Amino acid sequence: MSVTSPAVGPDISHRRAPALGGFNLTVLKLEIRRLTRNRRTVIIAIVLPVVFFLLFGLNKAYALDKDGHGNVSAFVMISLALYGAVIATTFAGAMVSMERAQGWSRQLRLTPLSPVAYIAIKILTALTLGACSVAAVNIAGLVTHKASMPVGLWIATGFSVWIGSLLFAAFGLFLGYLLPAENVLQLLGLILALLSFAGGLFIPVSQFAAGVRDIAKWTPLYGLNQLVHTPLLGNGVDWTWVVNVIAWLIIFTSGAVWLMRRDTARV
Amino acid sequence: MTATSTDMGSRRGQDSAPLAVDLVGIHKNFGPVRAVRGVDLKVASGEIVAILGPNGAGKTSTIDIILGLSQPSSGHVSVYGMQPRQAVNRGLVSAVMQTGGLLRDLTVYETLEYTASLFAHSQSPREALESAGIAQIADRRVGKCSGGEQQRLRFAMALLSDPELLVLDEPTSGMDVEGRRSFWAAIRKDAEQGRTVFFATHYLEEADAYADRIVLLRHGLIVADGTAAEIKAKAGGRTVRATLPGVTEAELADVPGADSVEVRGDTVLVQSSDSDATARYLLTRTSARDLEIAARGIEEAFLALTGDDEAANSAAGTGESE
Repeated sequence: MSVTSPAVGPDISHRRAPALGGFNLTVLKLEIRRLTRNRRTVIIAIVLPVVFFLLFGLNKAYALDKDGHGNVSAFVMISLALYGAVIATTFAGAMVSMERAQGWSRQLRLTPLSPVAYIAIKILTALTLGACSVAAVNIAGLVTHKASMPVGLWIATGFSVWIGSLLFAAFGLFLGYLLPAENVLQLLGLILALLSFAGGLFIPVSQFAAGVRDIAKWTPLYGLNQLVHTPLLGNGVDWTWVVNVIAWLIIFTSGAVWLMRRDTARV
Repeated sequence: MTATSTDMGSRRGQDSAPLAVDLVGIHKNFGPVRAVRGVDLKVASGEIVAILGPNGAGKTSTIDIILGLSQPSSGHVSVYGMQPRQAVNRGLVSAVMQTGGLLRDLTVYETLEYTASLFAHSQSPREALESAGIAQIADRRVGKCSGGEQQRLRFAMALLSDPELLVLDEPTSGMDVEGRRSFWAAIRKDAEQGRTVFFATHYLEEADAYADRIVLLRHGLIVADGTAAEIKAKAGGRTVRATLPGVTEAELADVPGADSVEVRGDTVLVQSSDSDATARYLLTRTSARDLEIAARGIEEAFLALTGDDEAANSAAGTGESE
């Protein structure tokens, strides 16, 4: 028998599992750095919405027309802040697709990091980039001096756009677990462009043909887009918008949780 | 309080040192495929154990069970007396996997920083870089590192929690000879500090050169377990060859230790399970000269123990599944 039992085993009594399932700020910092290192993501999520605002939000023909408690320029600014935030959070969430493809998810299972802590890090990373998008478009609105609405509404709107984009962090995670890594970014670009049109971010849904309008009202950006414009327009909340947001939040979250469970199942 | 816990630790050490790995009756089925078919394996602290076997023998399945990446279909697994997942959470066990498991868009240093931050206690990334011999590429993107450098990085990541048990799943596949040699030199140097190492390989010479103990796996079962010398002996001993003119096979039939005797002209070839006794007999009781003793290579031992004929195996397999 070749087993050489040492007289004394290692002292493992001091070994501990980490607090919070391994959640920590170093990982959050590195995840944000990874995300912003991808130049394409930064351009699409932050630069492009600002460019769109400069192109469509300052047009003399309508920018200064009154709209609710403010003007059309402010309306366009809110739409494009939402557009940027949605792209940012979806892309950030969908990065799990690349991590799965590179075997990083499996590697993390050899560390104390818990799935809940991992998802929390992913969501906070997504919200950080989302905040950058919202801030960039709003700063563009401020410095161009065309957009106008009461300061309180401005802050409330920026904040609701940011929090609302959480829905799309869940969407990104869902797609990240659903789609293969090779084409996830291209697909996302297409899906988000379609959802933005259908949700009325570029053209008001009221201008769609009747049949198209009925379908558009069921799409995941419609409710959120209506809600974030409510403070500006002061037109009251339609309960169907709230139902739209909550229903899609449930769908995306449960889809992401289900797929993640399947992905990390110990077979 | 502190005194009590130290007391408990040392008592556990003396009376019942927890085994690094304890597998009891492990079975693992993937649908109709029976990858592991009843493995019992105990690895004591400080051992360097190689698990050797052809592809499909169940090496990776066994390793995944030890690491808590998969659950056995039946049987009991414990690592340092606890569930694998608990051992991983405490940083007691870590692993170097064959491929993947790295993010291309992080630098080498960032990858270590990321991993280190997940453990309650860990080495600094700098120390791990030094131990793995990759301090000079700390700021390189992982995607730009060679296969050998990436493997060094995986090794550095595995060292971060200062694990008691290091598991390596075919860690050098795809490396060139020099890369393999220096990788093992680093592992060997590290193991001198008392770390338990458990590695899977299909390179026979690796198991022979770096392991204290070899566990041979075939069709999900352990077919041999011992030192390289013991495995070679088990696989049919040694060949004793001598010059002994004018002798017949019948005259040598009762040579001690002989399994078979062959006479080729003036040369006698004895397959022996006790080559010392055979040689002593030939040299003292006969006029044999030019005596040579040749061990079967580990490769021949490996083939003898794992490569029996397919028909017998499939017959056995059919019998069991019925």
